[in-house]
Amino acid sequence: MHRDEKIWLTLSFGMIMIFMLITGYQAFALEMGPPSNMETIDPTKVDQTAPFDKPGVKQVGENEYEVVMTLQAFSFNPNKIEVPAGSTVTFVLTSKDVTHGFQIANTNVNAMVPPGHIQKIKQKFDKAGEYLILCNEYCGAGHQVMGTTITVK
Amino acid sequence: MATITAKTIRETANKALGISPEDAKISKTYLTVAFSALLLGGFLGLLQGLNRAGLLEMPSWLNYYQVLTAHGVLLILVLTAFFIIGYFYAGMSHTLGGLLPKVRKIVWTGFVSKMIGIVLVVIPILMNEASVMYTFYPPMAAHPMFYFGLVFVALGIWLACVGCFINVANWRKNHKGQHVPIFAYFATGVFVLLFFALIPVAIEVFMIIPWVLGWVDGINVMVSRTLFWAFGHTLVNIWYLSATSAWYVVVPKIIGGRRWSDTLTRVVIIALVVMNITGGFHHQIIDPGIDEGIKYMHVFMSLAIGFPSLMTAYAMFAVFERTARKKGGKGLLGWYKKLPWGDVRFLAPFIAMAAFIPAGAGGIVQSTNQLDQVVHNTMWIVGHFHLTLGMSVVMTFFGITYWLVPFISGRVLTPKMNKLGIIQTIIWTIGMTLMAGAMHWVGLLGSPRRTSYSTYFDNATALSWDPYLFFLAIGGTLLIIGVILQVYAVFNMMFFAPKGETEFPLAEEEEGAAKTPYWTERWGLWIVVMLIVVSMAYVIPLTEFIVNAPPGSPPLKTW
Repeated sequence: MHRDEKIWLTLSFGMIMIFMLITGYQAFALEMGPPSNMETIDPTKVDQTAPFDKPGVKQVGENEYEVVMTLQAFSFNPNKIEVPAGSTVTFVLTSKDVTHGFQIANTNVNAMVPPGHIQKIKQKFDKAGEYLILCNEYCGAGHQVMGTTITVK
Repeated sequence: MATITAKTIRETANKALGISPEDAKISKTYLTVAFSALLLGGFLGLLQGLNRAGLLEMPSWLNYYQVLTAHGVLLILVLTAFFIIGYFYAGMSHTLGGLLPKVRKIVWTGFVSKMIGIVLVVIPILMNEASVMYTFYPPMAAHPMFYFGLVFVALGIWLACVGCFINVANWRKNHKGQHVPIFAYFATGVFVLLFFALIPVAIEVFMIIPWVLGWVDGINVMVSRTLFWAFGHTLVNIWYLSATSAWYVVVPKIIGGRRWSDTLTRVVIIALVVMNITGGFHHQIIDPGIDEGIKYMHVFMSLAIGFPSLMTAYAMFAVFERTARKKGGKGLLGWYKKLPWGDVRFLAPFIAMAAFIPAGAGGIVQSTNQLDQVVHNTMWIVGHFHLTLGMSVVMTFFGITYWLVPFISGRVLTPKMNKLGIIQTIIWTIGMTLMAGAMHWVGLLGSPRRTSYSTYFDNATALSWDPYLFFLAIGGTLLIIGVILQVYAVFNMMFFAPKGETEFPLAEEEEGAAKTPYWTERWGLWIVVMLIVVSMAYVIPLTEFIVNAPPGSPPLKTW
């Protein structure tokens, strides 16, 4: 092996390692890890199971909100959510039918919502405005209309 | 001495006889199917591109998701599988002294099985009974015929794998103590991966079949998803390993050089085979039901695959520089002038390799926890695999056709056809750059993948994506011109080009190269290591999904 190649491969390996360290630091120290909730639910009895029997927006603390939401072909319930600027919102999500995606454009909110699992993702909304929520996993004929908004006032 | 003589005899025989007509027919048939799939799949891609830009409304009898499913199946499964088998079988025939009659029979049986399978898959798609995408995530349930078709396709591909193993084993028996020729070594790696990659998806399909037939009530959604990606991502790397074979073995010969260290080449192949299957998990980074620790381990497992690719990057440019300098190339970078830019057999794979630099970097982004969350299931991903598959892999395949098709057809590449190839390469490069570039960008802005044109009720954010989507349509239109030129080139070279001898370009090792250690031949050992790595990656999450499974989901048709 040439010296140049050894240098190149050492740099390559080092780069991957630095990448891993940064990723790990962000994921575990800064709690920026991906949504990975472990709870499950009977996908055929979502409407009868708490908290999804009463989907909606709930204030849980000062500037803290919880949105309990069901996803189904081809809508979000509740839709057209409103929260005050500066609030931190935890979305508690599950699907009533097929696998959906939950994405809020212009934020880092992005989570898969397969049936049978309860997914959770948190986001702080500092800037006022209307944010587009959409399903980003193909879910059927009306997938392209599965969208709503969250308005930050 | 003994090895030199054996090698000389083999080479003389191959030079004198060329490829046998029986072996040539296998590769010609496979390539015919591959490029027919490209033509059809390419047109379906154009329809989507135009629809996505808001320029074309689908007719009532054909919907976007149907077209998208067919586009995926034709290009991701048919084009690649048939090309890879046609290409490697031609190379095995060439470097192993012909295919065994038994192997020919096996690979033809496999061909029939795959064709039956494809028909069974395509019928329900055409009937709009299987608009489930090529990923067919349960609990979406297609017509049972779709899954039966997949079984036949898988069986057919397995037969091609077995054929390769038999031919290579036979060669090894007759050449004790020798290294399998490098091209056949690549073939072995590719077919070993294919063989094992198909196992998880086959298990998934066998979970689905009783469920869609109504024999069982529910399906474990997360287990099926995980099994799918254990296959899905490995398939990606099988394409990549196939393209790499041409980069390491063929391209150096075309530019008039020698190939890279034989040992390191084989180490790269082993590394890609051993580490690959575990990469599938990064498709599930934002899934629930897997804890963050496991996800973090998988980031490492995915990024590890980057290492052999970085070895390849070095090797390729080192070969280019070495060869160009031998031809009198000067200066720090001035040597690039000595490379044969006017030869499509070099230009196409070169651009393909260059495209792998941003494509690989994008791949590192996507397999990393937080960064994946930003782009997951957005158009970025679509841009990524059009850059990797559509450019790095497929352009290498295109470059291969300009010598492979004449070789198996007993014809030659004319200067005119070479020129057409250069034009095709340029059109493809511009088209793919525009399209994949626009996809990456609009994905960062949030535009989702696998979604027909939508303004989300005239939402301002969604409307702001339109200009980018327009670029996507322009790229897509250029690409269809590229598809037509390429398909024309393949069939022209197969049936109408002037008759003559074409060489199967295989580069030699550097003179005085160190002998390759024999442990590279221990496939049994490498397969065991691979299975250990796969178990490390998958035992914990699969157990978690099975032990803590929610009640199963019933089959649903939502389209």
